[in-house]
Amino acid sequence: MAEPKVVIVGGGLAGLMSAMKIAEKKIKVDLISLVPVKRSHSVCAQGGVNAALNTKGQNDTTWEHFYDTIYGGDFLANQPPVKNLCEAAPGIIYAMDRMGVMFNRTPEGLMDLRIFGGVKKHRTAFAGATTGQQLLYACDEQVRRYEDIGMVKKYEGWEFLSAIIDDDGVCRGCIAQNLSTMEIKPFYGDAVIIATGGGGMIFGKSTNSVINTGSAASAIYQQGVSFANGEFIQIHPTGMLGDDKTRLMSESARGDGGRIWTYKDGKPWYFLEEWYPAYGNLVPRDIAARAIYKVCVEMGLGVDGKNQVYLDLSHLPAEYLDKRLGGIMEIYENFYGDDPRKVPMKIFPAIHYFMGGLHVNWNHMTKIPGLFAAGECDYMYHGANRLGANSLLSAMYSGTVAGPAAVNYIKGLQGTSEEGAKKAGELELKKQQEYNDKICKMDGKENPYSLHDEMGELMRLNVGIVRNNKALAETDVKLQEFQERWHNCNIVDHGSYSNQTVLFVRQLWNMMQLARVITLGALRRDESRGSHYKPEFPNRDDENFLKTTIADYTPEGPKFSWEEVDISLVKPVERKYNVDSREVKK
Amino acid sequence: MNAPEFIQLRVKRQDNPTSKPYWEDIKIPYKPNMNVVSVLMEFRKNPINTKGEKIDPIVWECNCLEEVCGACTMLINGVPRQSCSALIDKIYEKYGSDKPIVLAPLTKFPVVRDLMIDRQIMFDNLRKVKAWVQVDGSWDIGRGPRMADRVHEWAYPISRCMTCGCCMESCPNVNSKSNFIGPNTIAQVHMFNAHPIGEMQKEKRLDALMGPGGIQECGNAQNCKRVCPKGINLTMSIAAVNRQVNKRALQRMFDK
Repeated sequence: MAEPKVVIVGGGLAGLMSAMKIAEKKIKVDLISLVPVKRSHSVCAQGGVNAALNTKGQNDTTWEHFYDTIYGGDFLANQPPVKNLCEAAPGIIYAMDRMGVMFNRTPEGLMDLRIFGGVKKHRTAFAGATTGQQLLYACDEQVRRYEDIGMVKKYEGWEFLSAIIDDDGVCRGCIAQNLSTMEIKPFYGDAVIIATGGGGMIFGKSTNSVINTGSAASAIYQQGVSFANGEFIQIHPTGMLGDDKTRLMSESARGDGGRIWTYKDGKPWYFLEEWYPAYGNLVPRDIAARAIYKVCVEMGLGVDGKNQVYLDLSHLPAEYLDKRLGGIMEIYENFYGDDPRKVPMKIFPAIHYFMGGLHVNWNHMTKIPGLFAAGECDYMYHGANRLGANSLLSAMYSGTVAGPAAVNYIKGLQGTSEEGAKKAGELELKKQQEYNDKICKMDGKENPYSLHDEMGELMRLNVGIVRNNKALAETDVKLQEFQERWHNCNIVDHGSYSNQTVLFVRQLWNMMQLARVITLGALRRDESRGSHYKPEFPNRDDENFLKTTIADYTPEGPKFSWEEVDISLVKPVERKYNVDSREVKK
Repeated sequence: MNAPEFIQLRVKRQDNPTSKPYWEDIKIPYKPNMNVVSVLMEFRKNPINTKGEKIDPIVWECNCLEEVCGACTMLINGVPRQSCSALIDKIYEKYGSDKPIVLAPLTKFPVVRDLMIDRQIMFDNLRKVKAWVQVDGSWDIGRGPRMADRVHEWAYPISRCMTCGCCMESCPNVNSKSNFIGPNTIAQVHMFNAHPIGEMQKEKRLDALMGPGGIQECGNAQNCKRVCPKGINLTMSIAAVNRQVNKRALQRMFDK
């Protein structure tokens, strides 16, 4: 029998952590990534990573981290996995520290901790304002060490096209395409872990990287894996407007003392501090984003009459800012031209993170045996709203679960035939090659990049911060028109080498599928919960909607059902931030 | 600055790794606040060159658009830098808006297509010098060693190196006749050798920097520090590692 092997798709934090954990257990890994793994989107995470290290004399506990995460997520997350996440957090952060992550230090050389949104305690370890970059690099370095001894083989510059599923419905590998030679080939493995991140590009402009199309997750969805809670899209309150993307200005700016304000009656108005005295500028992201929206759009009080308010750091010492927030100071200066040490930054909410994702069990396996999902592309830990600095944690933690779970799964395998895998692989390869040939011949009138722009604009307008049913229904009709128009795409690029348009056209179709999952999921959920806000239904409705949205693919469109949420550890209470969450009546 | 009607680019193109390069002139209507990436993105929506011919869109690499992933590095008017943070209005302030902005792939790496290059050598170099902390495993064995804030202060900037290749591009000693490992890799050695656990494998990294392509190939041109988009003090690192290598060489002589 051939040596057991796991195929990991995605070289961000979740994928690299899985690879590390699997190689440690002496199982070989093929690691497929669109970009050199060191350039993955995890580098964009700025502010930090949460773990109740309790080194600040505040009696912090993993239970409080758990409670804040569940409460912050408006009680939609399954509670036992979140509890496990928070309990594992200190161990993971200590291991990352040993691996050389340049965390900021206290005067006695311990990791320093900062405070983040939706919490009352210093719980966020950080490396300046580039924490994601440092964590990713540390994982990249460890995986390179395993590459050096032959345990991991990297395939960088390959795009995942589809999973190989045999006659028994078991995942046996995947099909991927080389971005340069355009070669399509099967990668066989006893288990496959999808760690391909979120899908901000579905909204056109977001804080995401251009590779975050959600295309791989969508392909898996179209192959039968359920997509859960798609309608829960985090909108980050402090994005920097731009033509090509809305760049993130970290929540840590507020954690370290930044204040949000605009002018009212000619005077600075610190509306978050006024409306939410218990948390002030550190309310969770959904709350802050809606408040900024209200001030600008509904009250017409945006700075200079535009949709923007100030994020102000100019009252803090420059040296302090450079040491703790240098990364974002630099981004604002380089891309906007103003010095945030001297003048307040102008910001507005931006599409940021997918709380929903591929449906997995608590071992991160999807309903297809042998096919796992980890990181932002799964739906597990954040409920209806993610707390800041929990994403780096869940990305790493889900890797530490999915990796060993895949190894255990392989050890339990009996009597899987190599011929079965090969037969399924050749069939799937043929299918993908035919699809590719079809795309290469597309010579219609639609420019795929312009069509994508149109879709993004529509999604931002109607499926963003405020949603109403009429617009959502119209959006779905439009999305179906876009799908029709997709068939009339022109491939634009006729090169046979590094043809980026061929790949983009495929991604665009996959984005359109998930766009419908998001839009229809939002349409069905007649309540407001976390990031999902419908003025027609302004309250949370636990009786009808304390449920996970499940979308299953059919050629006619997503088919929806509900799944119960595991609330076995803490009872849902009203979520509000004008008072301390601990004082909200249980 | 008078706003021009068009943003004009002159792009050095190449269809595949073995074909001949050629120049192409393109333009898009001027808008304020654009950068080189957003111009290329706009262009692919209607890829027609200044001669009015329908052409294949320009191929380039980009990802984060925030100057943290390093992907979109290219030569812009001859300077190696990230194209996402290359603001058109700033370029016009410096060079004037009447001349086309010239884009070319980095010259020290093989071209894949157009502005896309293959920087695998940089990752291979990191492997050569064992640029990692050799931990026993990723398991939870409690708190790691303490690190003084003053070490963090100089080491953290090095950890922000995104392997973009600007320093390699600007270094005269990285060329077809030498296999100089490059400033960025040496800086990584500096950082790992300062980490309380990384320090334990210091000798292996220093040994990898001796011999052909090693640190002695540095000619002290100091271009690397000038072009580093993250402002990493590469020459300080090279000097510090050089001292470590010399000490190590002496030690090896006496050990014989």
